Amino acid sequence: MKQLLFAAALVLASASAMARTAEHVVADPALEERVLKLSEKLRCLVCQNQSIAESQADLALDLRDQVREQMAAGKSDEEIVDYLVARYGDFVLYDPPVRTTTLLLWGAPGVLAVLGVGALIVRLKRRNRTSTPHLDDAQRARARALLDGDGTPEADA
Amino acid sequence: MKAKFLVPLFLFLLLAVFLGVGLQLNPREVPSPLIDKPAPEFRLSRLDDPTTQLGLDDMKGKVWLLNVWATWCVACRQEHPVLVQLSRSHQVPIIGLNYKEVRGDGMIDMHKLPAEDELPMAVNRANEWLDTHGNPYDVTVLDLEGRVGIDFGVYGVPETFLIDKKGVIRYKQIGPVTPEALKDTILPKVKALEAET
Repeated sequence: MKQLLFAAALVLASASAMARTAEHVVADPALEERVLKLSEKLRCLVCQNQSIAESQADLALDLRDQVREQMAAGKSDEEIVDYLVARYGDFVLYDPPVRTTTLLLWGAPGVLAVLGVGALIVRLKRRNRTSTPHLDDAQRARARALLDGDGTPEADA
Repeated sequence: MKAKFLVPLFLFLLLAVFLGVGLQLNPREVPSPLIDKPAPEFRLSRLDDPTTQLGLDDMKGKVWLLNVWATWCVACRQEHPVLVQLSRSHQVPIIGLNYKEVRGDGMIDMHKLPAEDELPMAVNRANEWLDTHGNPYDVTVLDLEGRVGIDFGVYGVPETFLIDKKGVIRYKQIGPVTPEALKDTILPKVKALEAET
C-alpha cells in the first residue's frame, strides 16, 4: 500500500513537472508552424507594429498560447481568428475585412488611381491641343523656304 | 484670383484637416468590440477566501465596475487613490480583477516557481498592496493565468469596465480612471444605468 502511494505520488509529481515544461518543448513541429503562420497575421495589441509572432510582450505570448491551445483542440484558423476578433476587434487583424466601415480604406486607392489617370488623360489631351502651333500661310511658306535651304539666311546666324 | 489656384489650396487644407484629426487620435486606444455586448462569463477565486468564487451571475441586477489591476502595474498605483475615494462615496460597487499578479510581473521567473506556490504568493502580494494603499474593492477575484482578462479583451492594465444590471458591458475605460473621466463620463453613465430596469 505504501509503495502504491509512493508510486502514485511519483506519477503525480512528474505529471505536474511535465505540465510546467511542456510549453517550452516543441512537441509538434507541424502545429508550431501553423501557430506561427497564423500569429504572423495577428497584430499585437501592446506593441502595435509587431505581429504576435514577433512580439515578446506578455500579452502576445498569452495570445500565442491561446492560438496553440485552440489549434491543438482542433479549431480551424477562422474559428480562432473569430475568437480574437470578438475580443479585440478587427484591430487585431493585419488584413482588415471589407465592411461598411472599411469601404473607404479599401476603395480609396482605386478611386484615387482612377481620378489620377483621368486627370492625366485630360491634361495630356489639353496639352496636345494647345502645344501644336498653328502656322498661317506666310509662316508656313517661310518655314518651307528655310528647310529647303534657299531662304534668306538668318540675320544673326 | 483664378479658381485654378484655389484647387491646390483646397487640397492642402483638406490634407491639413486629415493630418490634424489624425494627430488628435490616440493609437494606443483600441476600441472594444465588447461594448453593448454581454460581459464574458467568468468564475474566479476570491482574494479574501480563495476557496470561494465569484462569477458574473453574482452581480446580476447591479450596475458595477470591473477594475483590472495588478501590483506590478505602475499606472494602477496612479489610479488607486481615485478608486479608493470612489468606494468611500458608495456610488457604485467595484469588483477588482487581479490580472496575472505573479505571472505578469516581469521580475519573477515563473519557470522556477512551482504552480502550487503561485496562488499564495499572488494572495500575499495583492493583500499587502491593498493593506498599504487602501482597498476600494467590494470583492477582488484572482485571474492568475490572465484568461478572463483575454476574454474581456484586456490588452493593458489598468482597464475598467462598466457593466449594467443585465450584465452588458456599457463602457470601457482604457488606462487609469482619472477624476475627470469619473466625473464627466463614468458616474453620469452609472446614474443613467441605475435608472434602467
